[in-house]
Amino acid sequence: MELLRFATAGSVDDGKSTLIGRLLFDTKSILEDQLAAVERTSHARGDEYVNLALLLDGLKAEREQGITIDVAYRYFSTVKRKFIIADTPGHLQYTRNMVTGASTADLALILVDARKGVLEQTRRHAFIASLLRVPHLVLCVNKMDLVDYDAGVFERIREEFRQFSMKLDVSDLSFIPISALGGDNVVTRSEKMPWYQGPTLLHHLENVHIASDRDLIHLRFPVQGVIRPASAKKFHDYRAYSGQILGGVMRPGDEVMVMPSGFTTRIKSLELAGKPVAEAFPPMSVNVSLEEELDISRGDMLCRPGNPPTASQDIDAMVCWLSDQAVLNTGARLAIKHTTRMARAMVKQLHYRLDVNTLHRDDQTQGLKLNEVGRVTLRTTVPLFFDEYRRNRSTGSFILIDEGTNATVGAGMINGPAVER
Amino acid sequence: MFHGLLPHVASGVFQWERPCGKLAGARLGAGSVVLASAPVSYELSHLEALEAESIFIIREVAAELDRPVLLFSGGKDSAVMLHLAVKAFWPAPLPFPLMHVDTGHNFPEVLQYRDERVAELGARLIVASVQEAIDAGRVTEEKGPRASRNRLQTQPLLEAIEKNGFNAVFGGARRDEEKARAKERVYSFRDEFGQWDPKNQRPELWGLYNGRHRRGEHLRVFPLSNWTELDIWQYIGRENVALPSIYYTHRREVFRRDGMLMAWSPFLPTLPGEKVTTEVVRFRTVGDMTCTACVESTASTVEQVIAEVSASRVTERGASRADDKFSETAMEDRKREGYF
Repeated sequence: MELLRFATAGSVDDGKSTLIGRLLFDTKSILEDQLAAVERTSHARGDEYVNLALLLDGLKAEREQGITIDVAYRYFSTVKRKFIIADTPGHLQYTRNMVTGASTADLALILVDARKGVLEQTRRHAFIASLLRVPHLVLCVNKMDLVDYDAGVFERIREEFRQFSMKLDVSDLSFIPISALGGDNVVTRSEKMPWYQGPTLLHHLENVHIASDRDLIHLRFPVQGVIRPASAKKFHDYRAYSGQILGGVMRPGDEVMVMPSGFTTRIKSLELAGKPVAEAFPPMSVNVSLEEELDISRGDMLCRPGNPPTASQDIDAMVCWLSDQAVLNTGARLAIKHTTRMARAMVKQLHYRLDVNTLHRDDQTQGLKLNEVGRVTLRTTVPLFFDEYRRNRSTGSFILIDEGTNATVGAGMINGPAVER
Repeated sequence: MFHGLLPHVASGVFQWERPCGKLAGARLGAGSVVLASAPVSYELSHLEALEAESIFIIREVAAELDRPVLLFSGGKDSAVMLHLAVKAFWPAPLPFPLMHVDTGHNFPEVLQYRDERVAELGARLIVASVQEAIDAGRVTEEKGPRASRNRLQTQPLLEAIEKNGFNAVFGGARRDEEKARAKERVYSFRDEFGQWDPKNQRPELWGLYNGRHRRGEHLRVFPLSNWTELDIWQYIGRENVALPSIYYTHRREVFRRDGMLMAWSPFLPTLPGEKVTTEVVRFRTVGDMTCTACVESTASTVEQVIAEVSASRVTERGASRADDKFSETAMEDRKREGYF
């Protein structure tokens, strides 16, 4: 059984909570005591119907204010796949939350109200999904019951979104007409929309091909730690590097190069907890033993000779700013975490702010505020070993940390090494 | 490809060719690497993917934070977490101690299991005792037949964290357990009072965890965040993880309270009208004896438990936790104070 992570975007008005409630309910993932608790609360609040949104909004403040504050994670599974939903609120701190949810998602699900069509918010969500390079995008046209299941309405929305999405980098885009309230095309096929020949939403989630979304070509193994049980007699000579493989495939006998030293050697063995691993590929966590004893520590990276990541201290990146207190500006100094490397970074230049609604570039910006996206050049204290984010989401991403408050204040996606302009 | 949006950055480092579905020798320009077109799917099962993620998290904490501790109650989730921690560093010994917050109202089977496991691993166990805190007058015991020491665990836990200078505390909580926990981060920041502020959590992106903190603050780390009850059981089956015997069917003296089957013990006196009978039961969760209920069950193997859990129409906490039934936000309230 494979694991699929997806992020949902949209506001309560689009019927997002109803849709997630429907997916959980129809796959029998909501249990009786949870439903009973929701019924009690719905009744106490005077709701006319059982408000499935209450299943998702767990915090006291959310229930009091009827809003979703934070990303919530939900789980369900079918015989085919286990699903992790990152449910991101549509209105409050939308960008920060959606960026968080989308960063690990295989698929983004965007909801549109059939009566309202493509809105500014729809474009924003689609842009963020493409910025975070979520490999698969599904536009669910919801509330088809309120437009008499009209194929024309669906077609118009599809065409409008398709036009817009040509400006984005979306590699796989699907459209599904649904009614979350009635369950049409969510888990079971709708009899009311015979004109729609595509899969139901659940069928799509179960079958969308995600195995090739990973990079299985370019070996990237950032070293997390060194395992050396020097005290244990039996394993006196054991020495291995622990880590999670972020790209490529490793086998015993393969030649590898160590960054930053540039030394090459061969893989002696791959294993985890004493069990040999014949091949390691993303996202496995393994121990790697090498033929020769080299000076390797946390933050170094194993790759294949002739196929290294870029090593540079000058980085061109898109940054989404996540702080409601500080502002990102030219000259800012921050801590940066990239793979297993921690360093310091200085913002050499903030080139422009990108309007997430219009995609307009504002090069007169006075600094990035909360939820804003911009393009920067960074200079780091040590070289980072990276790929372009569009080639590898793991080796192409970083976070920025405020050294005063220790808060995570920025999410970065690397365009490449910075070149003199 | 971001046409018109981002300028193309010519890195000139390598030429990219996207693998189209399956691997067939890819050319990489200089130093080309040809991969065998073996019919390997390179897919991980959900358990393998969850295991890889959890091990990554545990290793990340050990690398970045100098004083971690792993909460080990002897329950199934902490048993799986400990199993993963051992795997993460094998053959090196566990690089951090274990801690048990002991309410004094333990199932003897669970204490025995705890001690056996600790001895087997040669690990160091720290016991934070609720009884000692009561005796010293640092916490006040609840009164009445429904008194529970569940909530009293927070104080000794925070004291032990402070006294030992721990800055990372591994907990076995899962997001699927409870709605407040569904909003929890993997690295959950706690201030110098041990408090959780759910409205002001650090965003958590990709696999890039931020463990920075000031002296006196700490992080709770939840490596099992993305696991469900069923995943835990499937993994216990796959890895042969030993558990306390009470997770499997046994005969026990029980009585009914608030629709739940409570284990009779000197710590939990019955109320008028509550009748003690002997039933065939097992525990779905294991905590303090005064707030953990059992379910009727004849499941004696992992496979039978999995079948039972798959068919159950009630969540594990709904079936067995009296402590969550005080109010809609009982868990959130406790967590804000510094509970697990």
